[in-house]
Amino acid sequence: MRLTLRVWRQPDADTPGAMVTYAVDGISEDMSFLEMLDTLNEELILKGDEPVAFDHDCREGICGACGVVINGDAHGPERTTTCQLHMRHFEDGDTIDVEPWRAGAFPVVKDLVVDRSSFDRIIGAGGYITAPTGSAPEAHATPVPKPDADFAFEHAECIGCGACVAACPNGSAMLFTSAKVNHLNVLPQGAPERETRVLDMVAAMDEEGFGGCTLTGECATACPKGIPLPSITAMNREWLRATRKVAR
Amino acid sequence: MALATRGTDQRPSMTRTLWGSTIGKKTVMAVSGLIMLGYLVAHMLGNLKIFFGAPEFNGYAHWLRTLGEPVLHHEWALWILRVVLVAAVVLHAVCAYQLSRRDRAARPVGYAHKRARATYATRTMRWGGVILALFIVWHILDLTTGTAHPGGFQPGHPYQNVVDTFSTWYGNVVYIVAMLALGLHILHGFWSAAQTLGVGGAARERALRTSAAVLAFALTAGFISIPVAVMTGVVG
Ligand code: HEM
Ligand code: SF4
Ligand code: FES
Repeated sequence: MRLTLRVWRQPDADTPGAMVTYAVDGISEDMSFLEMLDTLNEELILKGDEPVAFDHDCREGICGACGVVINGDAHGPERTTTCQLHMRHFEDGDTIDVEPWRAGAFPVVKDLVVDRSSFDRIIGAGGYITAPTGSAPEAHATPVPKPDADFAFEHAECIGCGACVAACPNGSAMLFTSAKVNHLNVLPQGAPERETRVLDMVAAMDEEGFGGCTLTGECATACPKGIPLPSITAMNREWLRATRKVAR
Repeated sequence: MALATRGTDQRPSMTRTLWGSTIGKKTVMAVSGLIMLGYLVAHMLGNLKIFFGAPEFNGYAHWLRTLGEPVLHHEWALWILRVVLVAAVVLHAVCAYQLSRRDRAARPVGYAHKRARATYATRTMRWGGVILALFIVWHILDLTTGTAHPGGFQPGHPYQNVVDTFSTWYGNVVYIVAMLALGLHILHGFWSAAQTLGVGGAARERALRTSAAVLAFALTAGFISIPVAVMTGVVG
């Protein structure tokens, strides 16, 4: 395959960036999108140019590092992570736009790499349990109803990639935050902090400057892990419940 | 290990929590929107009385002023309703403005590759809301105070006033455009309010979407039937 890439190049956070056009040749349709970028970078390095910086780690869809916006879609046209997106979803001769996540709370570090530590701070505000857990407990000690276990697991799948924020027209982090809140709030292990967790994580989310939710549903469409839109409804329910219980 | 939590003892008041949070502001919008929606259903049904002639319609308007008597003084019920509605409109619009500003600021640099996002009803909530706000002002100046009424406004004779308004081309255009905007606003807004208040979810998805569509259609069709009736001579 022969492709034309238009890639966001920005040397550092303080220097303005621009879309730069590159031609790449010899792309196999079995390559992942990241391998295609590797091919481009090899050529750039041989030419003595600066390679395109992008985040990646596991390359198997579980770490959440590799997010970029491809032709306006977070993680590209398929519902998966960029590392798991294969070039067979593109046509020979295509022009592909590659941009970083765009959000004030995700400042660009370099090229396609953004700083997502705002997510870490949301987690730090309540995405944990305070009970000392020790080693793996006996499974029958604390029974969890099957629907609750499924609900928790569905939300535990969130890999913190930030595609929800990148896709949302308001740059809102509600889907991510709801995944983290719902995961722990439904379980007995998370019960002691049930109210403070949701209030504090939502407060941290607002403090980071993410936008509000207008329920457009773009987040859930983009999420590679299939966190559904009703997760936000469930978090709203938790937040209102906690506000009634805890607020003076 | 002691983790640095935000503490559970010192919590701001309920009002501060609501007003200081994006979810809280959205809750204010949902509740004020539902109050306006409830009013609009009653308003639309009341307006349909125009099809039964001037005496019935004018009599209904007169009855509204006596509502609540003798417990309440003449027109008090109407004024209470007006205060509640003005509060709902103002709170709704202020939250909409503040949240929209915040949403814009959350993406200082946009994407080079643009594409349409979300459904039409969802995308038009803001502009549709602005159209509704302008319409509400015009509508009150036209048919409540009579300040912007075409021809001589007659207090106590709403039948004639309505016919006068819908005998002008612009009265019909403004009204019909606003009611179409209202339908779209409710189509997304009603469902949206259920999600904000945490009563939505996978099991109720279809019921909520259907209710939103029925409400949106019934209100828009009900309100628009009146200018159409005046234009076609059914009411006049
Ligand atoms: C003053 C004029 C109005 C303005 C500026 C306005 C604006 C808005 C905006 C910007 C939203 C948020 C959209 C979103 O979150 O995607 C919204 C939601 C909503 N509006 Fe309005 N609107 C107005 C009038 C009305 C009226 C007359 C009704 C009554 C039917 C209404 C009912 C709703 C409802 C139920 C919601 C959903 C609230 C939620 O998402 O929780 N609005 N409005
Ligand atoms: S909710 Fe989905 S899109 Fe958002 S961070 Fe988690 S996995 Fe990524
Ligand atoms: S590199 Fe880990 S999810 Fe893509």
